Order: sequence, then C-alpha cells, then structure tokens
Amino acid sequence: MNRKTLAAAFPLTIPVLMGYLAIGIAFGLMLQSAGWGVGWAVLMSLTIYAGSGQYLGVSLLAAGAALPQVAFLTLMVNFRHLVYGLSMLEKFRGMGLRKLYMIFSLTDETYALLSSARAPAGVDEHDFFFAVALLDQSYWVLGSVIGSLLGSALGFDTTGVDFAMTALFLVIAVGQWKAAGSHLPALLGGAATLISLLLVGAEDMLLPALGIIVAALTLLRPRLERAPAREEEKPCP
Amino acid sequence: MPLTPIQTLASIAVMAVVTFLTRALPFLLFDRGDHPPKVVLYLGRVLPPAVIAMLIVYCLKGVTFSTPGGWLPPLIAGLTAVLLHLWKGNDLISIFGATALYMVLVQGVFA
Repeated sequence: MNRKTLAAAFPLTIPVLMGYLAIGIAFGLMLQSAGWGVGWAVLMSLTIYAGSGQYLGVSLLAAGAALPQVAFLTLMVNFRHLVYGLSMLEKFRGMGLRKLYMIFSLTDETYALLSSARAPAGVDEHDFFFAVALLDQSYWVLGSVIGSLLGSALGFDTTGVDFAMTALFLVIAVGQWKAAGSHLPALLGGAATLISLLLVGAEDMLLPALGIIVAALTLLRPRLERAPAREEEKPCP
Repeated sequence: MPLTPIQTLASIAVMAVVTFLTRALPFLLFDRGDHPPKVVLYLGRVLPPAVIAMLIVYCLKGVTFSTPGGWLPPLIAGLTAVLLHLWKGNDLISIFGATALYMVLVQGVFA
C-alpha cells in the first residue's frame, strides 16, 4: 500500500473519522470510569474493534460477568455482522492474507463505506479497501486513547458518562425503526426483556429475554417474511 | 474493578474471538458459492432491532421510581437522544447531546 492509495482512501473515511473519534472517546471515558486504564482501552480497540460490542463489554467487565455470558451476549450484539459478511463475499475474494484483516475489521461503518466505494482510477481496488479498513480502525483506537486519557485527567467527574451506551442504542433503534418494514421485532424485543426483568431480576435478565425473542421471532416468521424492509437499513456504530 | 487482570484478559479474549467469528462465519460457510439458509437470512434481518430494544431495556435496568432522581434523568436524556436524532439525524449530536445532558442532570440537578 502506498501514499497514493492512502490519499485516495482518506477523504472517503472522514465521516468515520468524526464518528469513531467521538464514540471512541465515550468508550475510553466509560472504561476509565469503570476502573480500567488506557492500556486496556487500546487492547480492546485493537483486538475486539466493535462499537456497541465494546460498550456492552464495559458493562460486562464492570459487572464481573461470567465468560459464557460474555460470549453469548457478544454473539447476540454482533449478530448483524453475519449479514455484512454475506454481501462482502465477492468483494474480498482474492485478497490473500489481507482478507483476514478485512473480515476482522468489518464494522458497521467500514461495511457502509465498502459497500458503495469504488477505487479511483490508477488505484488497486484491494489496496483501496485495505486502506479504508486500516484508517477506520486507527481512528477508533485514537478515540479510545483520547477518551481514556481525558477520563484520567485531574478533576473530570465522569459520573453519568455510561449513558452514552443507552444513547447509542437509542440512536441505532431510531434508525432501525425508520427502516423497518415491521416494528414487531423491536416491540417484541422490548416487551420480552421487560417481562424477563420482572420475572428473574436485573442480574440474569438477558439470557431468558434472548430465548423468548428468538423463539417468538421463529414462530412469527410466516407473518414477518411478508413485511420486507422499506429501505436499506442505515448502519450504525 | 471487580475482576483480576487475568480475568479481564480472558473476558476481552472471549469478546474478541466471538466478534471475529460473527464476522468470519459467512466467509467460512458460504465462500464457495453456497446459498445461506433462508432462516439465517430471516433472523439476520429481524433479530437486530429486537436485540437493540433488549439492550435499551438492559441499559435502563437501574431505574428506580422512589425518587425523581431515579427516573427523570434517564427519561429526559433518553427522549432528548430520540428527538435530537429525529431532528438532526446525526449520531454524534444525538449521543453527545444526550450524554452531556444526562451528566448535568445526575451531577447537578438531581445530585
């Protein structure tokens, strides 16, 4: 990859630069206020690299969640990635070892950029994809570091910064609500979780809620298959 | 910090491996031109909104109704996030605006 490729990829990634700095900063702040410093923020952003996954990760670490629960919830919050991969099968073909990194770094934002991006004339398309993916993750790591350092800076009261996770999920939900052909899955998800919360309490609410959701959605499939999405769902962090 | 560094490392490793697997699975299963089962495509489409709704309820599990400070800040800040997003449609403005308001509410107004 050369300077020309990076220079061609950079303008495309500017919206992600803004977004990842901001969401990364909030992540770093949350992790710092939960008691894990900048080294942990870098490690998570380098090895996990998922917006909502890492937000959830902070609360799982803070709650001291057991590993099976960590695995299951990470799986559920990242389930949508399955769909991203399906539409990238062709694009990543023939990328050799770099394909592993492309798959690893397939976040919502990178997916959104790659699904519409075309390499400019004179730039190899695979180099271009790789540059976009690499730039995006560098913004994410940078944001995490800034947030973590801000959080440890003297006199900054971070009480309440964990609301960034709630706000992120609300923002994703608004986007999904507008794009959805049927609002039943979202309503079902909220109702099932409330029922689970009332039945088993806050500590163990998520697994029963997921069980109800998957079972109910499977039962409702004949009905929901007839309600196609109105538009392309807008990807969110 | 309820976990030891080793336990934290183990949790992060699990998150990293599972996240990578969710991204890699389509390539492992369908990279030879096979078509994914319809039920997988269906769940891939309907599960995300349900899971996000679940996570919103999960985020709000600490809400209490014994004092106004227990439920008014998340209600006000949550509505702010939704309204800002419907109005501007900008992730950053919505997330940062609502979070900043929430921090002001819990640190200042309802402290």
